[in-house]
Amino acid sequence: MGSRVEILNPGGYRSDGRKQYELRSMDITLGSTSSSSSTVVHDLQNAMAHPHPTAPDGRAHIAHGLTEATAQVFGPREAQMRRDAIHDRANINVQVVMLPFSGGASSRRRGRGDKRLLELAAAIKSTFEPVIQTGLYPRSQIDIIVEIHQQDGGVLQAAINAATLALVDAGVALYDQVVAVSAGLHSTAVLLDLTHYEENDCPHLTVGVMPRSGKVTLLNMESRLHVSRFEHVFSVACEAAKIIKGEMGNTIGQRTESLVSAMAQGEPTYGRTAAADDMMDEI
Amino acid sequence: MPRPTSPSIPEKEFLVSAIQQSLRLDGRPLTTLREPQLIFGSELGWVECVMGKTRVLAAIDAKMVKPAADRPYEGMINIHSEISPMASSEYEQGRTSDEEVTITRMLDKVLRRSDALDKESLCVVAGQRVWSLRLTIQFLSDGGNMLDCACLAGIVALRHFRKPEVDVEGEEVTIHSPESRAPLPLAIHHTPICFTFALFSFPTTQTGSTAAPLISTLPSGSFSTHQTYALLDPDLLEETLAHGTLSIALNAQSELCVLQKMGGVPLDQAKVVRLVELAVEKAKELEIFIERSLKEDWAGRGLEVI
Repeated sequence: MGSRVEILNPGGYRSDGRKQYELRSMDITLGSTSSSSSTVVHDLQNAMAHPHPTAPDGRAHIAHGLTEATAQVFGPREAQMRRDAIHDRANINVQVVMLPFSGGASSRRRGRGDKRLLELAAAIKSTFEPVIQTGLYPRSQIDIIVEIHQQDGGVLQAAINAATLALVDAGVALYDQVVAVSAGLHSTAVLLDLTHYEENDCPHLTVGVMPRSGKVTLLNMESRLHVSRFEHVFSVACEAAKIIKGEMGNTIGQRTESLVSAMAQGEPTYGRTAAADDMMDEI
Repeated sequence: MPRPTSPSIPEKEFLVSAIQQSLRLDGRPLTTLREPQLIFGSELGWVECVMGKTRVLAAIDAKMVKPAADRPYEGMINIHSEISPMASSEYEQGRTSDEEVTITRMLDKVLRRSDALDKESLCVVAGQRVWSLRLTIQFLSDGGNMLDCACLAGIVALRHFRKPEVDVEGEEVTIHSPESRAPLPLAIHHTPICFTFALFSFPTTQTGSTAAPLISTLPSGSFSTHQTYALLDPDLLEETLAHGTLSIALNAQSELCVLQKMGGVPLDQAKVVRLVELAVEKAKELEIFIERSLKEDWAGRGLEVI
């Protein structure tokens, strides 16, 4: 399929005009207070599609180029089924939904029992289990729901990053964030953040890095790659995760600032009047 | 459904303190496989793989079918694996456990998606007749690390299998019985072998032992002060208590086919590379072992073999 498209042309540009180490543009929206109308539509859809009666506690939408994913976090809340409750820590539930129009490798409808979705969910669950401070929320449950809206390579990467951001948005206590990025190899050149075309043609891997300790928590590769090349691809990918982490950190910072300023806007008026009242009393 | 009984606290403590001294309960060094054993059945492509108390049976049968319309030159291979209650009372009939999903997907990646088998060589008449292989994997007993055992059984079964010779004259297809003409081996590009490491991570303590955090089933903390141990080919107890696993599938030519680490204990980059290098060595050893067992089996068969 991709044989007509040059993965990396002699000038060092990829099929979509990026350089070798260039990431696709990232677009992150935290929380559900987005002004865009599309988000409202998704909200309605979610309300109908999922039986959760309340709005999510955390929500993040991430776009890596054309790959888009939304993660919603519900909880920590009381375990819905008592047998799921674990006495000394929180139980984490992950569900991955691939929207039928998301396209990608196979646009056929994927049911709930699809092995690929179950595997993706299991990967997300076991990635976040040691990262979330589950010990702080005994007998409770945290639900992470990831929706893949559009697929153009790097679905796992988008799902993990979205889940991290949604957990942060929900205020769930984390030891560290998990930042995922994909990398591939075209003859001897390492490419970062592959599109669907590139994924079809190059051996590629996805790594999930915990930026604070620099350790690798997730590693996934499904195509043939010689060991001698692996090390290089792997180290470049780990480096690239730091860039994505910076981008995610900025967005989280902005979101927090806007929340703080929103609180500050509400509070001083209340505080001032109270102080004024006090002064009035004293006088 | 009753929850599977988890190992008792003394069991956990004993295992943990042993691992911290780089010892294993069955006396193996940390990076040694249980000696695998291959038992070939009377039929071709019937292989039972035994590693310690883990037993997996792989069997292949072939039939001729019409190829898929979009791939007229390619044969088919289907992998059927289901963990029945026969393996362990933990598994229920008809319900797919998380483990089963992992193993099935991994088998699919290692045996099918890694292009181990040349599918075009299974074509008899383009667009009309191709061989369709069915690889059935039965888990007979779960003694830990069923994945590696199943991969080994599967790939050895593919190499052991012989398909009947076929003559094509015009539209007429004649299948020769093994008695009249020697059956042909499948065209196999490489032999991917899977290795699973169980990862354990304990906080390094300067002042004696801190028993409480050690026995928890989940590792926690920032992991920056943790000591990590990787145990190759974990047995059942090690597997249940492990804080994470890393599976590496590769062939003797040092080509990685599948790498899978789904969460769990975070590892240093250098540690991952070290484990991959270790797997390379092990793959070369195991490839020699496979060659030898196949040769021995053929010698004992007294059949004409290609």
